[in-house]
Amino acid sequence: MNDVVDFRELITERFGEFEKSLNGSSPILLKSIRKEALERFSLTKFPTTKDEEWRFTNILPLLKYSFDPIVDKHELNVKDISNFKLKDSFKNHIVFVDGIFSEELSASNSLDKLVIVKNLSIACKEDQELFKKHFSKYAHFQDNAFTALNSAYIKDGAFISVPDNISVEEPILVLFISTAMNNQPLVQPRNLYITGRNSKVTFVEHYISLSSNTYFTNAVTEIVVGENTTLNHIKIQEESSSAFHISRTEIDQERDSNYESVSISLGAEISRDDISSKFNGEGGECTLNGLYLMDNTQLHDTHTMIDHAKPYCNSHEHFKGILDGKSRGVFNGKVMVRPNAQKTNAFQENNNIILSNEALVNTKPQLEIFADDVKCSHGATIGQLDDESMFYLKSRGIGEETARTILIHAFASDVVKSIKIDSIKNYLENILDQRFNKES
Amino acid sequence: MLEIKNLHVKVEGKEILKGINLTVNAGEVHAIMGPNGSGKSTLAQTLAGKTEYEVTNGEALFEGKNLLDLSPEVRAREGVFLAFQYPIELPGVSNTNLLKTALNEIRKYRGLEAIDTMEFLSMIKSKMKLVELEQSLLSRAVNEGFSGGEKKRNEIFQMAVLEPKLAILDETDSGLDIDALRIVANGVNKLKTKDNATIVVTHYQRLLDYIIPDFVHVLYKGKIVMSGGKELALELEDKGYDWVKEDIPQV
Repeated sequence: MNDVVDFRELITERFGEFEKSLNGSSPILLKSIRKEALERFSLTKFPTTKDEEWRFTNILPLLKYSFDPIVDKHELNVKDISNFKLKDSFKNHIVFVDGIFSEELSASNSLDKLVIVKNLSIACKEDQELFKKHFSKYAHFQDNAFTALNSAYIKDGAFISVPDNISVEEPILVLFISTAMNNQPLVQPRNLYITGRNSKVTFVEHYISLSSNTYFTNAVTEIVVGENTTLNHIKIQEESSSAFHISRTEIDQERDSNYESVSISLGAEISRDDISSKFNGEGGECTLNGLYLMDNTQLHDTHTMIDHAKPYCNSHEHFKGILDGKSRGVFNGKVMVRPNAQKTNAFQENNNIILSNEALVNTKPQLEIFADDVKCSHGATIGQLDDESMFYLKSRGIGEETARTILIHAFASDVVKSIKIDSIKNYLENILDQRFNKES
Repeated sequence: MLEIKNLHVKVEGKEILKGINLTVNAGEVHAIMGPNGSGKSTLAQTLAGKTEYEVTNGEALFEGKNLLDLSPEVRAREGVFLAFQYPIELPGVSNTNLLKTALNEIRKYRGLEAIDTMEFLSMIKSKMKLVELEQSLLSRAVNEGFSGGEKKRNEIFQMAVLEPKLAILDETDSGLDIDALRIVANGVNKLKTKDNATIVVTHYQRLLDYIIPDFVHVLYKGKIVMSGGKELALELEDKGYDWVKEDIPQV
């Protein structure tokens, strides 16, 4: 346990140095959040498997490292990331290298002038009104060690604002590249996405790595979906295989808003997604889809929480897992229906396919319903590829590997199809092909 | 083409086939009839290579190769096709994708190039007409949400595309109304050539009004107890399977 103390102490010890490295350029608001969060962090323990919310996800392997919270700026040029073809299909992209904004790699070519896409360290000065109104208002750090850690060291991240009555046609890509060249960095993106009324926008977050080094991404993202606004959010996590990825997404949904997300988890040794949405007005719609593809000793944990705080809201969740090797999957879906939230519809489904004898899944629905006129359902399955389906495909001349690939594609297809951007859909189909079609 | 010799098969430890002997030549249609539980479907599925079925004795030579030594996919590539009694639903797998993948794997095995996409599309469209299937079914998932009749027609459609040398139709007629039956039978008849052969496994004589067999075999308690021409089927229809059971006191 000494190691754990070391990492915690390190975070506290280096705070002064971190503040100095910012050259006093932050607004007072940020300074006070950092300070308060650091205090909170020093009082909050990292979760253990004794905590119900972390029962199946042991983060001790993560705490063995002394991740460096002060990350040097690492310059990359376009050539360095030429392998990431997916970026090319997005006219508008904002890029972060080891958590720090890269102006050279970013571009916004086809956006309405009123749409703001910039990095947080600039936005906190230039867009103070919006910033003050929303920043750190949804992802509270009081009872969450990882959010406290992120908040204590807030430096950069994506800031996107879409004002009222704007439909943003082109999706906006937020690309996080890890180089992890020097030490074992603690990369802590802090993102804020705000939408006004009657708007529409799609965000794509893509986490990638240039190395197979060890680092720790601890991301916090706050999202405001304005009244009658539709927000699509796609997150693809492709961290290095020895990285750690902890991500918290807090969504605030106003009246008649529609939030739809697809979370794809492919990389990292240990990854955890906490996705929480709160309905702050009637008529809201929230769809959370996800796919996790794990192999070797990887572990992925998705925790969702949908807070039906108001009546007449619908939520749909569908998460699917494909697990090979000795990997583990965890799904915990909490739905809270508050006493006045009548006419709530909440549906949740988690399906898993296990391809090996040693892979394991823990899945748990958690419905807390305090209203009486609601429709809620949940379902969970864990199984193997169906023998009858395999035989059927083989009887048509299709070989073992191809048949497996076809069935795995088919299993993943409803989640993949819920992505409305063709380039991403194709990108994922290719990944599925490469992972499972060993013949080709 | 196919020569089955003394085939014994166990399913879940129980012997179902107890020494089947059957020879099928190119250009022939053989009907295998028999009461429920006589082993008809076991025979069909064993020839297609279902792994749960344990062959304890005998062989099945297909053009000189012992089928029983081959994996299900290699049997299919060699030219064996099974139309399933209960076609499997494959959500998320489109009919086109299944057919194209299957056809290309078969072609690859035979040293042929992958089929050109345009050529493939026009070919499958013409073959769909054979079994009067709607083109919209192509983009739908295999058998998902299909009616019973559509599923059976889809099996014959797959057969038309894959052009097997030996087709085994496992109770393709069961559950079909008379119109669907006529369509299915029509498709099978049109696919018949002097170079391929068909084994029709059925419980009812009705199908044989449309697909005229050259030979009829009666399977009972895991053995072929009677063989004859198409008139045997009519006799069976007339007298029922009890006649067979009485006639064969002890198997």
